[in-house]
Amino acid sequence: MAESHIPHPDLPPPANVIGVFGWLHRNLLSSPLNIALTVLALYLLSITILPLLNWAVFDAAWSGETRADCQAHSGACWIFIQAHFDQFMYGFYPEAQRWRVNTAVLLLVLSAAPLFVRAIPNAYKVRLGLGLLVIYPIIAYMLFKGGLFGLSGVDTRRWGGLFLTLVIAGVGMTAALPLGVLLALGRRSQMPAIQTLCVTFIEFWRGVPLITVLFMSSVMLPLFLPEGMNFDKLLRALIGVTLFQAAYMAEVVRGGLQAIPKGQFEAAAALGLGYWKIMALIVLPQALKLVIPGIVNTFIALFKDTSLVLIIGLFDLMNIVHNATTNPEWLGFSTEGYVFAAAVYWLFCFSMSRYSQSLEKRLHTGHKR
Amino acid sequence: MTEHTASLPPKPPFWNNPQIRALIFQALALIATVAFGWTIFDNTQDNLHRLGIASGFGFLSSPSGFDIIQTLIPYSATSSYGQVFWVALLNTLLVSALGVVLATLLGFIIGVARLSKNWLIAKLALVYIETFRNIPLLLQIFFWYFAVLRAAPAPRQSLSLGDAFFLNIRGLYLPAPQFQPGFGWVLAVLGSAVVLVLVLARWARQRQMATGQPFPVLRTALALLLGLPLAAFWLTGSPLHWEYPELRGFNFQGGLAVIPEMASLLLALTIYTAAFIAEIVRAGIQAVSHGQTEASFSLGLSSHLTLRLIILPQALRVIIPPLTNQYLNLTKNSSLAAAIGYPDLVAAFAGTTLNQTGQAIECIAITMAVYLTISLLISLGMNWYNQHVALVER
Repeated sequence: MAESHIPHPDLPPPANVIGVFGWLHRNLLSSPLNIALTVLALYLLSITILPLLNWAVFDAAWSGETRADCQAHSGACWIFIQAHFDQFMYGFYPEAQRWRVNTAVLLLVLSAAPLFVRAIPNAYKVRLGLGLLVIYPIIAYMLFKGGLFGLSGVDTRRWGGLFLTLVIAGVGMTAALPLGVLLALGRRSQMPAIQTLCVTFIEFWRGVPLITVLFMSSVMLPLFLPEGMNFDKLLRALIGVTLFQAAYMAEVVRGGLQAIPKGQFEAAAALGLGYWKIMALIVLPQALKLVIPGIVNTFIALFKDTSLVLIIGLFDLMNIVHNATTNPEWLGFSTEGYVFAAAVYWLFCFSMSRYSQSLEKRLHTGHKR
Repeated sequence: MTEHTASLPPKPPFWNNPQIRALIFQALALIATVAFGWTIFDNTQDNLHRLGIASGFGFLSSPSGFDIIQTLIPYSATSSYGQVFWVALLNTLLVSALGVVLATLLGFIIGVARLSKNWLIAKLALVYIETFRNIPLLLQIFFWYFAVLRAAPAPRQSLSLGDAFFLNIRGLYLPAPQFQPGFGWVLAVLGSAVVLVLVLARWARQRQMATGQPFPVLRTALALLLGLPLAAFWLTGSPLHWEYPELRGFNFQGGLAVIPEMASLLLALTIYTAAFIAEIVRAGIQAVSHGQTEASFSLGLSSHLTLRLIILPQALRVIIPPLTNQYLNLTKNSSLAAAIGYPDLVAAFAGTTLNQTGQAIECIAITMAVYLTISLLISLGMNWYNQHVALVER
């Protein structure tokens, strides 16, 4: 009887290709160059992150009331932020009225929350979204500005802090997107006059820095208006920021429009749809979906650009922090102030970019290979 | 016959004719634009008249009466506003040009690091990119200016590096090169070396085309470019000296002084733009599919030739347009100088000059025209380049 061949069991893989060691070997120590890079990276980490951690966390003063409580600590003085926190959030909005800002934010979060629930059908979401777009700004404006229904009036000069930043960014975003879509459609239009107007508009705003636009809106707009009529400083900034970002938005949307095959337009026209129906029902839904990353990038740019209103003397988050660092009672804490402001801006911009990435994945319907 | 014509649908009314409609819409749009423009013009005329402001560019020749902390061309308080414009424009161009060079260098390094096989390096690059591109540029400028450079020590306690570089609250002091008379010879030799290398490259290519024999152009070129000027430098007796900054009295004298406004603006612009450039470089390199490298290797090209002839030309086609866009952004962003008082176009011309003369429209118009010209020039160049390198398909 022939002995049946029993194969020797497979040897386990060598210890340096699997598990933690395998990972370390592959990613950090695979060649002399790689080892040198790892050492360099560790060195960079040790000279940046460690002192930063020490300064911001371990040696920092976390609790206390006055700047005297910070003297004992060699690190950051977060008491400075605590003492000014309300100011950083609301600016010079009267303390007794701050509940109005809170209410408006809460209202927005509650009413917009269903938009992010996937179980709710899209048809309802569209209706809710459009309704919010029309009604919410009116409610929010009445809450912020006051002067009606027994609410005391609060002048826009007293608006400030993160609240003002969000107002400018929010208005800018909601106004710049539709304006940008219209401009993009105009730029792709068959009518030479409309096309020329739109191209001129877009190229003008894209060619100049935002800061000159804000300068213009603060020194030239009063000259453009008839005698006796004047715009609020905030409104002027809003107009400048919106027109500026609408031009950028138009270019983003144009990219999406150009990516839609001509057959889509022709098929829709063959079905007997008119121009606006072709655009609203066939072309734009596809085009906008393609350029979501670009749209969100424009939003992020707009959010960062709101900090420029400091130039014309509005007290947004950036300016109110800068203002607090020049407070004679709290001199010498500008690093803490700017780091705090940077963290807030970073949080908003980073979450927007992450959200756009997840949206892109979810809406990915096979245009890309 | 009559029955047949009667069954035809009636001719649509003229307002449903697409051509006529287009004409009407365009006419309406034009009328609206002109009316809008006219209203603004009329209001402006009224307002200027009421405020007693004379319009026109006559103010450009009157003396300015203020000093500027950094001037590249001769300027004093008695110079004209026209001179202010040139000083300010040069300051803008200086900080933009330096920013473009530095941001490109840093951006390419970080973009390549982002694709490194080393996990730590790749993550460090990612953290850098995600941190700095999500913080407003103005905040970064303020941080470097108010929190770092304005908090630097007084001149007597300057931070120094090898007794050559000094940092204090007045700015950054670097050694300045002093060119002696013979240095012109070195430059002349360098120029002729460049010409020689170009001729050599042309000859080598023709010879390779004709005979198939390659010539080590790169090595020869490097030897020529380095060797000849160095020899000239030595022969003319080292005509280059460095002037070190020295503490005399209350501040440093000599050397090259960089004002803190310029230093912080440049630092912030570089760090911010480099984050965007790094992402562009990464995307460009990733856009060249791996199959290209494999195909090139299987054709027998070396890894050096693969990089030069296959990967770089394709990656650059993806990288260059957004890169130019970033250069343009950097130039426009340099206008944030106004916030910290670096005398650029917006600060010195659209700011100080405007405030002193009250010529709002003229100052803003000139400033915007300059930025528009720069933008249009760059986008013209970009379009030319795009046509030059665009993929030619069937």
